[in-house]
Amino acid sequence: MSRSGWVRSLGATSSSVLVTLFGLILITFLIGRVMPIDPVIAIVGDHAPPDVIERVRVELALDRPLPVQFWIYVRNLLHGDLGRSVMTSNTVLADIGHFFPATMELATVAILGATLVGVPLGVLAAVRQGHRIDHIVRVVCLTGQSVPIFLLGLLALLVFYATLGWAPGTGRQDVIYQGDVAPMTGLLTVDALIAGNWDALWDALAHLVLPASVLAYFSMAYITRMTRSFMLEALHGEYIITARAKGLSPLRVIWRHAFGNIAVRLVTVLALTYAGLLEGAVVTETIFSWPGLGQYLTVSLLNADMNAVLGATLIIGMTYLALNLGADLLYRLLDPRAQ
Amino acid sequence: MSAARPVTWRGWLLTETPSSRRQAAWGRRYRMWLAFSSNPVAMLGLVLTVLLFLCAAAAPLLATHDPAAQDLANRLAKPTAAHWFGTDELGRDVYSRVMYGSRVTLGMVLAVVLTAGPVGLAIGCMAGYFGGWADRVLMRVTDIFLAFPRLILALAFVAAIRPGITSTVAAIALTAWPPIARLARAETLTIRNTDYIAAMRLTGAGPFRIILRHVAPLCLDSLIVRVTLDMSAIILTAAALGFLGMGVQPPSPEWGAMVATARRFILEQWWVPTIPGLAIFVAALAFNLLGDGVRDVLDPKQR
Amino acid sequence: MLVEIDNLSIAFPTPTGLSHAVRGVSLRIGAQKLGIVGESGSGKSLTARSLLRLLPESAKLTADRLTFDGIDILRANERTMRDIRGKRAGLILQDPKYALNPVMTAGDQIAEAWRAHKKGSRREAMQKAVDLLDQVRIRDPARVARAYPHELSGGMGQRVMIAMMLAPDPEMLIADEPTSALDATVQADILRLIEDLVSRRGMALVLISHDLPLVSHFCDDVVVMYAGRIVERLRAADLSRAEHPYTRGLLNCLPALSRPQPSLPVMVRDPAWLA
Repeated sequence: MSRSGWVRSLGATSSSVLVTLFGLILITFLIGRVMPIDPVIAIVGDHAPPDVIERVRVELALDRPLPVQFWIYVRNLLHGDLGRSVMTSNTVLADIGHFFPATMELATVAILGATLVGVPLGVLAAVRQGHRIDHIVRVVCLTGQSVPIFLLGLLALLVFYATLGWAPGTGRQDVIYQGDVAPMTGLLTVDALIAGNWDALWDALAHLVLPASVLAYFSMAYITRMTRSFMLEALHGEYIITARAKGLSPLRVIWRHAFGNIAVRLVTVLALTYAGLLEGAVVTETIFSWPGLGQYLTVSLLNADMNAVLGATLIIGMTYLALNLGADLLYRLLDPRAQ
Repeated sequence: MSAARPVTWRGWLLTETPSSRRQAAWGRRYRMWLAFSSNPVAMLGLVLTVLLFLCAAAAPLLATHDPAAQDLANRLAKPTAAHWFGTDELGRDVYSRVMYGSRVTLGMVLAVVLTAGPVGLAIGCMAGYFGGWADRVLMRVTDIFLAFPRLILALAFVAAIRPGITSTVAAIALTAWPPIARLARAETLTIRNTDYIAAMRLTGAGPFRIILRHVAPLCLDSLIVRVTLDMSAIILTAAALGFLGMGVQPPSPEWGAMVATARRFILEQWWVPTIPGLAIFVAALAFNLLGDGVRDVLDPKQR
Repeated sequence: MLVEIDNLSIAFPTPTGLSHAVRGVSLRIGAQKLGIVGESGSGKSLTARSLLRLLPESAKLTADRLTFDGIDILRANERTMRDIRGKRAGLILQDPKYALNPVMTAGDQIAEAWRAHKKGSRREAMQKAVDLLDQVRIRDPARVARAYPHELSGGMGQRVMIAMMLAPDPEMLIADEPTSALDATVQADILRLIEDLVSRRGMALVLISHDLPLVSHFCDDVVVMYAGRIVERLRAADLSRAEHPYTRGLLNCLPALSRPQPSLPVMVRDPAWLA
């Protein structure tokens, strides 16, 4: 494809992303409008006098027709205004800024672990297709895709925390380290590293291990299966015969030629898996009392904190979309055939 | 080629020279069954799935107690002869609740599949067959729904219309149709330009007749694979909603909700939350194994 | 250099038992140009690939004797085979569109073949690759070396393939339908190139094709295979004196200006040939 063709297809992609983003906002808005919770009552309480209720209703523009309300919603969004959380009485944006790094830290460690284990396992299973190791990998993957993440989390706590005492309990850090490290990035491990506080770093890592492993297992199963099926396809390619006919070592044939051909596609799978981790994070964070966006979302849901719910949903949707777009761009950038 | 008349059923089914379309069709099905049944993992999935459905159908017969009967004097009991899986925090028999819970879970799965499957198929086939604007609009809508992680959209949706079994089904169906539509569209695109569809058009068949009679049936194979594999994801999503308190509400014996209410006993009476959790695992595993086996038979390239 | 094949059989397991693709083939290949002719499924490719032991994993390979310059291929370990593959015998596949690695540049792929068997730096290998591209008569070798396979035409791709297989200076070249996927106009060029390089370097050539006249034009000896067996072997020059009805049938199916016929005869296959 020529340079101008590349630019044009990039334009098409970004316009479709914009439409999707618009749809995302519209859906969140509509969900907010059909909610059985009266946003006015949620703010002023059940026993407010009628004139107060009426004033707040006008303030929130709830007396205007739906399209106007949507327009106001979009305008506020563009100003970064997601409303105020009733529960924390902070702006939702500030809350998200506070909780999001914890989720990112968890998801990033999980995806790293899942990739480091899943990719070699998938390659191995494909190379040894039909052999015992392939069957074992298959069972491990099917188990990973079938086990409810909350069961895994509870059992992990039972075994590694309560019984063996290998892992610290729930939460992100031990009480004694709380407030020890000045928040800079919001990622505890990085902040501790910047501050050079090794004890706090160690503590943060120890707290990460269990929830990240639980979260990683499901993704690892998916990554392994995708790697295996991509590799099987690649290994059946004619160029593999060529590579072997050149007298290359099996390792070079597998990694340079077969894996080299699937690497780019795998990167996109990894990006999508990373996005999918946001979903697992909701449940994992609840189990491990991890103060992240997932827990923020569920607690807000249970407390009927509408602005917080919609804000968190929208942010997760947008992150998901951004990761999809990133995967798409990476594909174009890295694969010589796509240019 | 020998014209000798095969005598056995097996011979009739496996003949290389079927004498009727019916014979050919049944022969193909029989060969698929042979391939499927020679795969022990897939057979395990089938057996587990059948057992699950049996549990659901015969729950009143299999249950030893009333799943709602409380016995506060006998809370959180260990598994015994009287209570095979022990009792929960209200002294209810966990075994009976798990049995009845299979009805809730399988009922939800079937409801989701029966709504999302046809909708996804119809939208995907139409988008693929008509192309142009119809395709662009339908796929854009599909993309928007795909842009939310499943559980998140379901959570927000359930929150909007009060948690419960109906809203759980609706919410999961809402997130289940887009991948099906995508798949059906991709299949339709490969079928659309074939000569026999062109021949259909020449004989004057209308687009909806062609889609219904000739395109949709050809999409079914890959659709079945996808839906069977998706059933485990549906089970897990429903369970997660229940666990988060946004799905089926207690006291209904939904497995996810059972884990949630018993969660705080994990360190002392670990079996109380673990057993319904294992039930979810077994159900999801059954459909995963089954789907895996079905895929190997229907779609061998994907192995 | 001598390749000896005695009673070679290759079979594949199927649900209803072993299916034999090659049955009892015996051949001797020295420093000559040998053509193996047959239709698809006749076992010609499998026979040639068994010399490098590049068969599908499920293939069952048996022979009374299968040696490459005295090396027992049936019992050789993987390490020994790698010293034969590429270094002593190169393999050119049918379609460069699939046979070249799509995500490596042409130059990288050639340099890799060179470095696998010769000692040298990356720079040297790349220099050698450009040099080889020049030898296969590519006009702008430096540019082609930087190109990815999808940016090359079929003929160019096949030249890259040839350059790659020549890189370690092998003694033998196995060309498995090297021109079947190419445009008719390019076919002759590629074959002439192969013939020219082979005779200039004194290499042995095994040319596999379904095209009998073409093979007889470029080779010294011709072997005709049918259903996994050799049914006829003769000097290319003696083709007109072929005896086996299959070979005769193949020759008769060809239109010729010198021998106009109202319609071409259709092959009649005698089940007795399978015996």
